[in-house]
Amino acid sequence: MDLSDGTYVTRARSGDSDAFRTLVERHSRSVFRLAFRMTGNEQDAEDVVQESMLRAYKQLGKFDERASFGTWLYRIAANCSLDLVRSKKRRTQNQVLAPEGDSDLENPVLTVPEPGPNPERMALSGEVRERLTAAMGDLSATERSAFVLRHFEGMCIEEVSRVLGCQPGAAKHSVFRAVQKLRRALEPVVSAARS
Amino acid sequence: MNHLNEEELILHYYSEESDAFAAEQHLDQCDECRAHYACLQRVLNVVDTLPVPARGEGYGSEVWKRIESRLPCRRRRWWSLEGHRWWSLEGHRWWSLEGSWRWAGAAAAFASLVVVAFMAGRMFPARRQKVDQVATAANVAEKQGGQRVMLLAVGDLLDRSQMVLIELNHAAPSDKLDISAEQARAADLVSENRLYRQTALQTGDTAMAGVLDDLERVLVDIAHEPAQMAPAELANLQHRMESAGILFKVRVLGNNVKQKQQAAGSVGRSDRQKL
Repeated sequence: MDLSDGTYVTRARSGDSDAFRTLVERHSRSVFRLAFRMTGNEQDAEDVVQESMLRAYKQLGKFDERASFGTWLYRIAANCSLDLVRSKKRRTQNQVLAPEGDSDLENPVLTVPEPGPNPERMALSGEVRERLTAAMGDLSATERSAFVLRHFEGMCIEEVSRVLGCQPGAAKHSVFRAVQKLRRALEPVVSAARS
Repeated sequence: MNHLNEEELILHYYSEESDAFAAEQHLDQCDECRAHYACLQRVLNVVDTLPVPARGEGYGSEVWKRIESRLPCRRRRWWSLEGHRWWSLEGHRWWSLEGSWRWAGAAAAFASLVVVAFMAGRMFPARRQKVDQVATAANVAEKQGGQRVMLLAVGDLLDRSQMVLIELNHAAPSDKLDISAEQARAADLVSENRLYRQTALQTGDTAMAGVLDDLERVLVDIAHEPAQMAPAELANLQHRMESAGILFKVRVLGNNVKQKQQAAGSVGRSDRQKL
């Protein structure tokens, strides 16, 4: 019979590394999904998974056993992702500008393709997906984090603000801005796919 | 009739609006808002299709293999030992523990000897006074021993970090410079560094904690660089390292640590001579 996370957390806190191993095995895939959505990069997501698990292990003593281990771990993973995205962004700002070939990804709205004759084919093609990936990449680190936590992880605005360490109003506006940007980028393609 | 603005529609989509009933009622009656809302739904439904690379059933085990050796040692509590080998810590035999932990194990064994000596003193009163002196001196020596272990471990960490920094600092730019080996070493050093930084903070050594904090940032930075570096990326990394003055700080702290080690060593020797 599978025991609950809480049981394994208690065992892990008392030094049972096999118990922590079970927690890692249970949650790694979902943490990877969250990390990938937040960082948009497979290698970064891998780093976040490992770093989150290490942080979780070191902070097990601080974990309130009445809370959900999964939520607590996602919070750590979200913070790791945010740290990584911010540090990469800072580095990118110091670096050379993006190569010219990427210019069409910078403003997807300006390069909306003509609607094709076969909307189904278009919807199924990688076009929408590519545009979505680019639009997600255009969000700021905070907007992307707030949006991923709200949209994919189903956290309420209050929880999002706690994870991001900001006021609920600021978290709400980050979600608004993210949705508005995504809408501007995707609406023309989505409409074209329907027509 | 007041239309729902975009923010209200977004809140409605996520069921976070203050008055869900009113919004629902309005959407039932207003074609314009209903069209806007349908459009928002379509866009957000598309977002749900954001592809995520698949990870198989065994992914959790892979992650465990990668982090297992980097987990700090967590001492098993004595009341949770039943059914487990009492001589092992987390399934690792003490002699397989790395660097500083091996020292910590030796310190614990030394402390046990002190306790045994103390108990023997109580059982054999004629020799009690002498054993008490041994125990007191041994306690002092143990504290100093702990400090020496810490200094040794930090010194070792600084030496290894310095090597990574020097290698990257002197690396000649090439078309695609492979720094994966340095990255792996930097990643290993990060968790160790963090542990010593926290210890330094707890013991009030803010100067050491400050340098270790700076070092940690640089190590994390290196670990997250692309494994194949273009000349511009390498130049950028070298510039960041230079601006942080990290190599200089690490060298200065390394020298201070060595001096402290020598001082602690000479005090320890004189205490042992007094015994």
